[in-house]
Amino acid sequence: MRIESHQQFDAAVEAARAAKLSKGREVWVCCGTGCLANGSRAVAKAFDERIEAEGLQASLGLYHKTTGCHGFCERGPLVVIQPEGLLYTKVKVTDVPEILEKTVRNGEAIPRLQYKDPVTKQAVAKYEDIPFYKHQIRVSMRNIGRVDPEDLDDALAHGAYSGLAKALFAMTPDQVIAEIEASGLRGRGGAGFATARKWKACRKAKGERKFVLCNGDEGDPGAFKDRSIMEGDPHSVIEGMIIGAYAIGAHEGYLYVRDEYPLAVVNLGKAIEAARLRGLLGANILGSGFDFDLRISRGGGAFVCGESSALMRSIEGRTGEPRAKYVHASDKGLFDLPTNLNNVETWSDVGAIIANGGAWFAGWGTPKSKGTKAFSLVGKVKNTGLIELPMGTTLRHIIEDIGGGILKDRPFKAVQTGGPSGGCLPADQLDLPVDYEVLSENGSMMGSGGMIVMDDRTCMVDVARYFLKFLCEESCGKCVPCREGLKQMLHIFEDLCAGRGRPGDIERIERLCHAMQLGSLCELGKSAPNPVLSTLRYFRHEYEAHIQDRACPAGMCRDLTAYEIVEEPCTGCHQCTRVCPTDAISGKPKQKHVIDPAKCISCGSCFDVCPEDCIRFFPKNGSKEAANAHADH
Amino acid sequence: MPTLTIDGKTVHAPHGTFLLAACRAAGIEIPTLCEHPAVEPYGGCRLCVVDVTRPEWNGWNKMVVACLFPVEDGIIVDTRSERVLETRRVVLDLLLARCPETPLIQALAGSYGVTKTSFVLNPEPTDCILCGLCTRICDRMGISAISSVDRGAGREIAPPFKEPPPDCVGCLACAEICPTNHIRYEASDGRRRIWGKDFEMLRCPRCGRAHITVAQADFFAGKNGVPRSYFETCDACKRKELAATATKLAGGASTPAVEQGTR
Ligand SMILES: Cc1cc2nc3c(=O)[nH]c(=O)nc-3n(C[C@H](O)[C@H](O)[C@H](O)COP(=O)(O)O)c2cc1C
Ligand code: SF4
Ligand code: FES
Repeated sequence: MRIESHQQFDAAVEAARAAKLSKGREVWVCCGTGCLANGSRAVAKAFDERIEAEGLQASLGLYHKTTGCHGFCERGPLVVIQPEGLLYTKVKVTDVPEILEKTVRNGEAIPRLQYKDPVTKQAVAKYEDIPFYKHQIRVSMRNIGRVDPEDLDDALAHGAYSGLAKALFAMTPDQVIAEIEASGLRGRGGAGFATARKWKACRKAKGERKFVLCNGDEGDPGAFKDRSIMEGDPHSVIEGMIIGAYAIGAHEGYLYVRDEYPLAVVNLGKAIEAARLRGLLGANILGSGFDFDLRISRGGGAFVCGESSALMRSIEGRTGEPRAKYVHASDKGLFDLPTNLNNVETWSDVGAIIANGGAWFAGWGTPKSKGTKAFSLVGKVKNTGLIELPMGTTLRHIIEDIGGGILKDRPFKAVQTGGPSGGCLPADQLDLPVDYEVLSENGSMMGSGGMIVMDDRTCMVDVARYFLKFLCEESCGKCVPCREGLKQMLHIFEDLCAGRGRPGDIERIERLCHAMQLGSLCELGKSAPNPVLSTLRYFRHEYEAHIQDRACPAGMCRDLTAYEIVEEPCTGCHQCTRVCPTDAISGKPKQKHVIDPAKCISCGSCFDVCPEDCIRFFPKNGSKEAANAHADH
Repeated sequence: MPTLTIDGKTVHAPHGTFLLAACRAAGIEIPTLCEHPAVEPYGGCRLCVVDVTRPEWNGWNKMVVACLFPVEDGIIVDTRSERVLETRRVVLDLLLARCPETPLIQALAGSYGVTKTSFVLNPEPTDCILCGLCTRICDRMGISAISSVDRGAGREIAPPFKEPPPDCVGCLACAEICPTNHIRYEASDGRRRIWGKDFEMLRCPRCGRAHITVAQADFFAGKNGVPRSYFETCDACKRKELAATATKLAGGASTPAVEQGTR
């Protein structure tokens, strides 16, 4: 039923809350992309069928719902039993009867399905006690994993659209902007531009027709925070956009979502439809007299289409290529009309800020970076996934307490932040508080909040080469410094990693970096040198080793590295022979094994499995002494 | 009218003009490769970079491309700062690696002291600098027969599916505008071939010269109310006709029409 006034909205929320409370117990099954890939749809179906067949709704007051991503995908499918908040991980269809019988009926835990803390090795029963969640504070992800993204009433019961009702009925557009200003919210899509300033400029821009856009392109490899928000809590994004449109004076909006996110497109589409039916979108929203409607625009999935001018061209149906803009989008954006673009996470923050007040959000963070921020934590840490934390949290806290430390307790080497055009920070920077300025000052950036943790078995030259390769493929190729510069830079890095480095390469790299930063048309090219410059800044000795000694100190560049088994601790346990892909290792059981250098492809698999630590690497073409010198470094 | 300083000179430039035009009007030379008066500025070659500052910026400069930067009152422009020259040098160095055999690039790079590239030579030298002039002129005429395909290092200019472009009318505008003569075509009396597509020519009813393609005349016919017959006469004959008419109007010649007119 359409909601046509403030009172009716409050009544609808009340009704949704009451309906929620009347459901005594609930089983939540995560159906985010990660859990779906692990088979969660079948688990959800099994719960549904059992509850139906056994009449558990009537007898136990048990309900079942599917939710969006909890951020802990590597342990999926995840199941949460409410109201106790018990978490089960890696649940299979065959576990369903046991969960219903033991846990739901008899209140017994099933230790096999509980999460085991990799640090303490203890089972943790409750969702909120898991270190991965315990330290988090969720604003943009406030309802993900808690609401059923396909159920508007469930979202209303969890507070969705209460910020919108407040904005429309109790605030002027200027007051909305002032509240966002007080919150200190800055763009979560990369550059960290003050959101209120952008809105103000667009509000002031002349023109009847204006647009608000949502950037859901999320092209960084490995990033998935925006996807999780769009899939798991689409109403938070829609609510933010309506509030922004009201503040700016726009009546039309587009959600730009990459084509590789089919579930996000589906869930957003359903949410838009549901919101329209209830009078939350379209003409005369909630009877306030304000009109706004939204459309989804599906992007082809190029990284560069996330750049604002390219994104707008792409929505217009043209090639998604950046344009030089000495005129701001707030004056001339989509179809050359005033336009405001924000990231998915930024939009999701907006509703909560209006509902709770700017000061509430500004209560977290550092002097210049307020509130909380979503990060995707990946790489060589024990717990990987999606997290949201106050700005100013230290890297150490994120990696050690939430990530649970480095896999296999190897030494930490660096953390890469900010996506492909971010940078790497070394161990002595771990106590840096994460905020926009601190990361930039130290050669990295916030970007969209990607964090890749690296251990000692990571070659920093190779890391830079990896990002260059990505950017070289994703550069649109319109301007010379980026297109040709990245191509040439990649040539140099491929040579370095193959032992063909030459004196003068570092200087050549620096010269190119400088010209690309100054001369490129868009931020892709301007920031492409970041991974190179930050690794040069903190790990220059690794570059020098590649050039002068033809050695890879981390033992990762295969062309430069050879392996051998040292006499002493080798027990002939055979583990290495089992993993060697080329059968290069031989030896009798319980006797020292040897590696045949002619067959060895330097993949390092044996090194990673040897329980006795008796496999050593050294530069293929250099002296073993040089290897030892580097190993001591 | 905004007043700005370019390389120490005070320059007035009308609102809405780009810095490049203001520089050129002041007699200051700026290298360009992707700029052409017939099409919208593009900002792809990055050779026209210049430094812009204001007194209140306390020495901070921003680098912009002159071809796209609208003039502003009070800006101070340096078209030859060390970092501007260095950026152009690197750009030319990169282009020379891509197009080592292209005379225009060799000459331009040479004028910036770059005679040999410091980068890896293109194993398949090309004359295409991807300035986008050809695609823009084709778009400008409303034809859009060719476009840039692929991203990044693999980018190239091509017709759809790299097959003879169905929309091409064989007007040769792309080949004419190409600064490096990369776009080749064959023309003989009565026949024309470009982008792998063959065109039948139309003969001028006056002189009989095959001057435009049939497809071209068909495409332009009726546009802005101009009849097809207008395009059938070649430019040279049209000029002759115009000259004749002008002479008549001036009353100089003894053609009957003029005599009648003066009576
Ligand atoms: C190459 C490139 C890719 C980008 N990709 C994204 C993206 O995927 N998502 C995003 O929100 N912003 C992306 N941005 C940043 C956008 O241009 C823009 O700054 C942002 O969407 C503005 O929203 P915000 O102020 O809320 O951060 C990208 C920028 C560049 C240069
Ligand atoms: S910097 Fe790169 S991505 Fe941006 S316009 Fe230039 S070539 Fe395209
Ligand atoms: S002429 Fe300005 S970028 Fe090419």
